[in-house]
Amino acid sequence: MTILTNMLFSFLAAASFGIMFNVPKSLLFKCGTVGMAGWMVYYFLSENKIDPLPSTVAAAFTIALIGHVYARVYKTPVIIFTIAGIIPLVPGGTAYRAMRSFVQNDYNTAINLAAKAFMISGSIALGLILSDVFYQLILRRKPAVTKASARK
Amino acid sequence: MLEKQYDIMDVSLLAGKIMLESGAETYRVEDTMMRIALSYGIEESHSFVTPTGIMFSIETDEPTKTKLMRISSRTTDLYKVSAVNAISRRISAGELTVSQAYKELKAIQKAPMFFSFLMQIAAAASTSGCFVILLKGSWDNVLPAMLAGALAYFLVLKVADIVPTMFFSDFIAALAGGGAAYLLFRMGLGSDLDRIIVGTLIPLVPGLLITNAVRDLMAGHFLSGLAKGAEALLTALAIGTGIAVVMTLI
Repeated sequence: MTILTNMLFSFLAAASFGIMFNVPKSLLFKCGTVGMAGWMVYYFLSENKIDPLPSTVAAAFTIALIGHVYARVYKTPVIIFTIAGIIPLVPGGTAYRAMRSFVQNDYNTAINLAAKAFMISGSIALGLILSDVFYQLILRRKPAVTKASARK
Repeated sequence: MLEKQYDIMDVSLLAGKIMLESGAETYRVEDTMMRIALSYGIEESHSFVTPTGIMFSIETDEPTKTKLMRISSRTTDLYKVSAVNAISRRISAGELTVSQAYKELKAIQKAPMFFSFLMQIAAAASTSGCFVILLKGSWDNVLPAMLAGALAYFLVLKVADIVPTMFFSDFIAALAGGGAAYLLFRMGLGSDLDRIIVGTLIPLVPGLLITNAVRDLMAGHFLSGLAKGAEALLTALAIGTGIAVVMTLI
């Protein structure tokens, strides 16, 4: 039941973000599935007592990888799929608690939480980077127009 | 021939401008502009794109031609990004002449947001509500988060029109959203103020900037990557300050 609610709501959240960013209507459903896949990876890993950092890396990796595949299939820029998917991973709750601790003059807790939020943001970036590298190595797309290729 | 080259540059620049203003990554803008020029027979072109301006020059038998375009406003409209991308693909396939491409791009530039204003507010409310559940909040917190989230997103869109100062709209939206969440909580809606506020703030998160900053840095566009990272950080700080004011008051 919790799994189903999580699937449903992560799908809805990602699709709603798609609407806010004016994603073409035909791609909204796919945005939702990308967001859902990423969140479910994060959810299963963190439910199994895995640290939030590796869970976030794995989730961001999944999102960007599915995004790349979708981008290739539907001939659309990859950001359309990744942005909505990334949002659930952003450490909004941690950043908020850090801010609250700062305001309450509890600097020890605040610095702790802020560092944690920063590390999670870094994990999202790392997941995206790994996925890009993986995609370029394994599935290899056509190279970008470089000076050399444009000249020939 | 000379005029034709300027026309090709105009098409490239217009495509780049629309993409950049709609939130595409820098490397994609540069790549698209060079591809368009290449498809029209200009074999050597250079584009230099930053979040605030585009420089584009072409090398032919005649002297180098360079044009500069200033970008002053940036929004998020992924429809336009994908539409320009589709046009670029058609140009590469040789389906569009220079003047046809220019006309189609102009049409894309003028296209209104597909989803109405109300629909976007509703989407923001829906995201806020969803996040309360995703963050393991209880169901009674969904409604106040949706209401406060809708208010916050409404303000972030509207205040930006009235006061063009950057980051001010994010500050006001976080302030009002946090305040509304607190008031609703005191009125007896919801049981967990923290989760309501986090849900409220989610639509304001600069997700596009974060993703694009990382992607630009990876592609070697350090200037754009750092600029976008700074913009994301300042937006986050503005939101944080807004919510900090609320927390100091309550």
